[in-house]
Amino acid sequence: MHNIINQLSNWIFILFIVGIPVYAAFKKIDVFNSFVTGARQSFDTSINIIPYLIAMMMAIGMLRASGFFDIIFSYMGSLFQYLGVPEKLVPLALIRPFSGSASTALVADILHEEGGNSIISKMAATMMGSTETTFYIIAIYFGSVGIKKTRYAIPAGLIADFVGFISSILFCKILFT
Amino acid sequence: MLNAVWLGMIIISIVAGIFNGKLDLVVVAITDSAKLGFELGLGLIGIMALWLGIMNIASESGLIRSFAGLISPVSRRLFPEVPEDHPAMGAMVLNMTANMLGLANAATPFGLQAMKELQKLNKNSNEASDAMCTFLAINTSSIQLIPATSIAFLALNHCSNPTSIILSSLLATTCSTVAALIAVKYFAKLGKFHTQRGVQLNA
Repeated sequence: MHNIINQLSNWIFILFIVGIPVYAAFKKIDVFNSFVTGARQSFDTSINIIPYLIAMMMAIGMLRASGFFDIIFSYMGSLFQYLGVPEKLVPLALIRPFSGSASTALVADILHEEGGNSIISKMAATMMGSTETTFYIIAIYFGSVGIKKTRYAIPAGLIADFVGFISSILFCKILFT
Repeated sequence: MLNAVWLGMIIISIVAGIFNGKLDLVVVAITDSAKLGFELGLGLIGIMALWLGIMNIASESGLIRSFAGLISPVSRRLFPEVPEDHPAMGAMVLNMTANMLGLANAATPFGLQAMKELQKLNKNSNEASDAMCTFLAINTSSIQLIPATSIAFLALNHCSNPTSIILSSLLATTCSTVAALIAVKYFAKLGKFHTQRGVQLNA
């Protein structure tokens, strides 16, 4: 079954990359020039966000290296357990809003240790898809257009992440036990 | 807010680094991440050029307009201040579609393009508009139809039915999206988060 999903993902990708130009060609659009015109805009946007990327990566890199998350795990662990979060998933819950690569590494580690069939693994995999690197997204999205006051974007994003986590655990418990 | 978060992260790292005796690692992380951030930005140019090229074709062929029209009953309510035929709507629709289908590397270019267009509609260019906050909240909670990466991960670890998480992901992201939308609509009404324009009018 997962092979079918894999194929499906590939076909969706192909549908976008090939289907759109073919459709446009039928509409008598000069597809090559249209592609180049659109693609040219990527330079400005990408270069603009580099300072914001560096600022964010620096702060996140420092936090991870400092062992700050280890301290937090030892204090927040019991609070999360009270909410029904298995101990193994606490580091993932805390790191996920900050760093995509660090949380991917954590999920890989959990799955490797617990095996693909355990409920903890399924929870971790569901969490991965149900949450976002909120701080990173907010920093580069707002940075790219020079917004300085983010108003309620951060609290709203974190609420979404938190609900995503708790409901991932809840639905996995209901569906897989 | 980003100001306080950023400064807080840096100060906490130094304090925690001293406390844990890992200050030398923190110092290494500073220079390493500067390099990593630059490389990430450069890497984005290529993938972004690809998707913005496709997006331009889709918009010139009228494909985006017809798709945006199709979901306008929903988008009109989510983004009342964005005109239906504005390019911002098209870019947001593409970003949300890419997120739902698990096309992660397409979502960021569309999202950045959407922010650029939303900024043109923004009355105060220093401050996030309600539409931007709503867009970001939907983005971070995105409904997931095909969690391709997670399925691949489970399959790799000999899970007997890795696709079973499609249902749990769909349910969990539906909850988080609903929560995000409630939060956004609630915060938008709170006096604390009023735009400066609004505060001046109230004062």
